[in-house]
Amino acid sequence: MYIIVVGAGKVGWNLARELLEKEHEVTVIESNRRRYLTVEQELEHNVSYGDASELWVLERAGIQRADMVIAVTGDDEDNMLICQVAREKYEVERIIARVNNPRNKPHFDLLGIKPSVSATDLILRLLEHEVPEYGLVHLLDLQEEQLEIIEMLLGKDCGVTGRRVGDLQMPEGSLLISVLRKGKGFVPGPDTVLEVGDEVLAVLDPGHEEQLKTLFGPADNGAGAGG
Amino acid sequence: MLREGHEVSCLDEDPESHARLEVGLDKGWEDLGGQFTVGAGLETDALVAAGIEKADAFIASTDGDNTNIVIAQIAQRRYEVPTVITRILDPLRAEWYERQGMHTVCPTRVAIDMLETAVREGLPRGATPPDGATEAA
Repeated sequence: MYIIVVGAGKVGWNLARELLEKEHEVTVIESNRRRYLTVEQELEHNVSYGDASELWVLERAGIQRADMVIAVTGDDEDNMLICQVAREKYEVERIIARVNNPRNKPHFDLLGIKPSVSATDLILRLLEHEVPEYGLVHLLDLQEEQLEIIEMLLGKDCGVTGRRVGDLQMPEGSLLISVLRKGKGFVPGPDTVLEVGDEVLAVLDPGHEEQLKTLFGPADNGAGAGG
Repeated sequence: MLREGHEVSCLDEDPESHARLEVGLDKGWEDLGGQFTVGAGLETDALVAAGIEKADAFIASTDGDNTNIVIAQIAQRRYEVPTVITRILDPLRAEWYERQGMHTVCPTRVAIDMLETAVREGLPRGATPPDGATEAA
């Protein structure tokens, strides 16, 4: 695939590297002379100097035969218009735009620039995923060891409070390793009864998070998973 | 346009720009019925505060082509302002957006035309370009 990446900042440069590793043909366009010279030392002929808002710069980079244009500059207006021109003038099939300021997202939608990717949105979504209402916090990823450690705060509607740890149907590949109660931590045994307000730490194989969330989540969900 | 009796509202990021509006006026900008809002053109709140919802005409003339093109499309599509005019310095893009149905003004194009005319008028009568072709004007 021939891919044009506009903007050789951290995002653009690393994106270009990855794409080149995957053996795509790539041209990165950078409008800052100094940045261009830095990036050019590594990417050589795969980087082109110029302001991609200007049509001739895009044409020099061969936009007519591009399969994809990815606009990841730090300027939302630039990203919007480069993608708009790529699609509407040069009929590039696939475009991706970076949204720097999430407040500009409606403007991208209005101009029909899809998909647009906002780092702030991604982090927010990740946060929602990792810290839902009953407080599951992703503490640590031990990638090499293939383990994760998560923390959960047991809320009022939690399905496991009042139950013995030994009675919990913990998903296979997961283990409760500590309970923090009223400022003091201890290692729970089978007879430990969980209370509202406990913060529990669990270690688990990656991929078991959803099951744990269900078990430790609000009672109606927890009961279903426990049964 | 204010002098002609139109209602004019200016939106600018720089509060100091207000002083420039009053140069050559015998009364204050607001006293003459003008409106001035401080804010960025891409901020929906600022556009609304400046009165875009009831505007009959909208002129996008910041110093950035890209900003102008984006704001003009917002004015056209979201707020459905009947007349939208966009300042675009880059002649190539002005031409393309004009073909897309945007009403554009390209100061670069205007300046080139004026300069060309001035040069031609300055030339002695009957002067021909070096290659001998007859002059177009």
